[in-house]
Amino acid sequence: MSEILKMDKITKIYPGGVVANYQVDFSLQEGEIHALVGENGAGKSTLMKILFGMQKQTEGKIYLRGKEINMNSSQDALELGIGMVHQHFMLVPSLTVAENIVLGHEIKKGIFLDKTRAIEATKELSEKYNLPINPKNKVQDISVSQKQKVEILKALYRGAKILILDEPTAVLTPQEIEELFEQLMLLKKSGHTIIFISHKLHEIKKLCDRLTIMRDGLSVGVHNVNEVSEDDISRLMVGRDVKLEIDKAKAQPKEVLLRVDGINYINDFGKAVVKNVSFSVRKGEIVGIAGVEGNGQSEIIEIITGLKKATKGKVLVHGKEISNLSVREIRELGMAHIPEDRMHTGIAPNMSIEENFISEKYRSEEFSKNGYLLDNKKISDLAKRLIRKFNVKTDSEKTAVKGLSGGNIQKVVVGREFSSDTDLLIVNQPTRGIDVGAIEFIRKMIVKMRDEGNAILLVSADLNEVMTLSDSLIVMNSGEIVGYFPDASKVMEKELGLYMLGVNKQSEEEIRRAVNE
Amino acid sequence: MDLLLSMIFKDAFWFAVIRSTTPILFATLGAVVASRAGAINIGIEGTMLTGALMGVIFSAYTQNVWIGLLAAVLSGILVSMLLGYFALKLRTNIVLTGIAINILAAGGTVFLLAELTGDKGISTSLNSLVLPNVNIPIINSIPVIGNILSGHNILTYVAILCIILMHILFNNMSLGLRIKAVGESPEAAESVGIDVFRIKFIALIISGIFAALGGAFLSMGYVSWFSSGMTAGRGFIALAARAIAGNTSLGSLFASFLFGFADTLSNYLQEFSIPVEFIHMTPYLVTIIGFIVISIINDKKELERKKKQMN
Repeated sequence: MSEILKMDKITKIYPGGVVANYQVDFSLQEGEIHALVGENGAGKSTLMKILFGMQKQTEGKIYLRGKEINMNSSQDALELGIGMVHQHFMLVPSLTVAENIVLGHEIKKGIFLDKTRAIEATKELSEKYNLPINPKNKVQDISVSQKQKVEILKALYRGAKILILDEPTAVLTPQEIEELFEQLMLLKKSGHTIIFISHKLHEIKKLCDRLTIMRDGLSVGVHNVNEVSEDDISRLMVGRDVKLEIDKAKAQPKEVLLRVDGINYINDFGKAVVKNVSFSVRKGEIVGIAGVEGNGQSEIIEIITGLKKATKGKVLVHGKEISNLSVREIRELGMAHIPEDRMHTGIAPNMSIEENFISEKYRSEEFSKNGYLLDNKKISDLAKRLIRKFNVKTDSEKTAVKGLSGGNIQKVVVGREFSSDTDLLIVNQPTRGIDVGAIEFIRKMIVKMRDEGNAILLVSADLNEVMTLSDSLIVMNSGEIVGYFPDASKVMEKELGLYMLGVNKQSEEEIRRAVNE
Repeated sequence: MDLLLSMIFKDAFWFAVIRSTTPILFATLGAVVASRAGAINIGIEGTMLTGALMGVIFSAYTQNVWIGLLAAVLSGILVSMLLGYFALKLRTNIVLTGIAINILAAGGTVFLLAELTGDKGISTSLNSLVLPNVNIPIINSIPVIGNILSGHNILTYVAILCIILMHILFNNMSLGLRIKAVGESPEAAESVGIDVFRIKFIALIISGIFAALGGAFLSMGYVSWFSSGMTAGRGFIALAARAIAGNTSLGSLFASFLFGFADTLSNYLQEFSIPVEFIHMTPYLVTIIGFIVISIINDKKELERKKKQMN
């Protein structure tokens, strides 16, 4: 193997004076899958933007096959055979797959588009690289994993030999991830070089040959993947020992705070997505809901938090029926909610950190004098306190939330919810897509809230998380509970998988135990 | 009522419908091209007005109707370039800039007219020319249909031709594909090396040409003079027609035809003892009703699409 690409002492200083990369060396061997890891804000994205021509380095040189290259746009990078699959897909929804693939490099017949050849070219590529896709489908009608395939094909169509994949697995189901890995291995075999950006260390162990670790804008090491353990990697990333395993004492559950009684939900398309679900959550315990995404978990959470109305059944908080209460009234009963989609429902992106912190507290006597005028002094004091307590990395509490990294945004959400006067926490995907440092912190906070006597309902697509964090476990499959495990620590991952896939199902009586009567 | 029905079933009524449809059709095509590129052209009304005046002035002074038409088209290009320069290059708000262009055109045309003729209302003192009418052989000789379809102003046929050209542009040409991409997701277009600014600018220019042709038809075909504010909101109706048309060329034809029908009907209704203000309301009422109907249909379609995606 020979070195195909070398980034030599790259430094990037943004106009504001922020040093995003400092003297970073990055090198690729031809035909390898190279992982780039690091916490959010470690400088991975900046380095890749430079490599893809989207930004220009302040200092340093880039060599492709030994020759220095100079890029002023992504177009230049594409022409040099460097392609990138962005985390947010760059596709035009109303155009077909084939049109998206040829866009910008259209095949023409005279002055007209040659649609037939565009479709053929797409088919050829998709067969060659085993990325099955129908070229005639509109992008808006295909699934997320298919969109990702289109993005990869788009890069290949433009002749990419080096492919940058920015957190490609974040949006995929476990089965789709398996499939993606097979396809990436095939690409590797056909001589392509892949840069794989990910937070998920076990994926890196499974897929990659080498890895470069970044921290605070520096490269802190290049390793062969088989020579380092997951613990080593996370230690190097964070700069200290990280414990992703959770230390927690046995739960001491007390009285029931949340009771879900036979809820059903039929969605807008007439499909029953929640079927007769009953369970309860007691003070001082974490109840986890495991399941492949899209099996009714989101709907259950939305019903409990008042965002959706159950078609049938009841939800009781502190013994009070909530189906006719507004979200505000439900929250006033003592419920906090960390929503699944933080950018969409968790925060108001353009507002400041402090404004987001008080978005459910601003009405209280404490922050609004006479109920009308906001007490800005008190608000910014609270914000400063929460920023410290929840370890949010920012210059000021006045910064717009959207300017923070994913992990820090999530800390703002968690900080707001955990600081309100509650005893019931509904936590949905608390650590999705954030860095290990933030994951560790948030998981610890959840356990701490439990120990302080809160009742916690946790939904997570991360199996490891839901298994280690929960005291008892509910497993969902196609809208119903298929298994209940009173002691989560005694469940094996394999066993859980069989329930999640709907292969195994417990008896009515066993499932009934989830109600804790 | 019988009188009305007997009017509607006359050839002359339908001939008038096609005549009234023409300027709205041009304006709608202009609105569609711009909106497809994600550059909403609110300035169509003003562009039409400018085109209408320029056609009259240049045909009067050169005594050549084609130079008049060319001047109208060039003025449309210039007005759109102005909009593009401010909104795309200097990044002003495109809607506000479009409104400014409308106000500029409303005042500017009257100013220019008064400077040249001393009359602020109408250009009758200028000896401006009218574009020729065309009799189409064969169709000409078919009874009824011949009377309706043949003998229109040449621009009416140009408008029909433009629908076909638009269809080809958006379905068979790379420029059309790029316009669609730029309008729908500029980041995606940019990421594959498309110059978003350039494509939007080109789309605005095409939009301006269409709008100016619509204006030229009004002053050099529909009537033979320019009068202040003669576009009478057709540029705005076109924006509504675009929404109803759902951005397609064939849809533009139907939506424009609907307004042409309403326009003609309101002219005919003046024969009856209905308050004239109410009659003048008709085309705009049709706009609102059309809008509601199309939103309901679109919502249903969206639901169907989602259903399909779920299965």
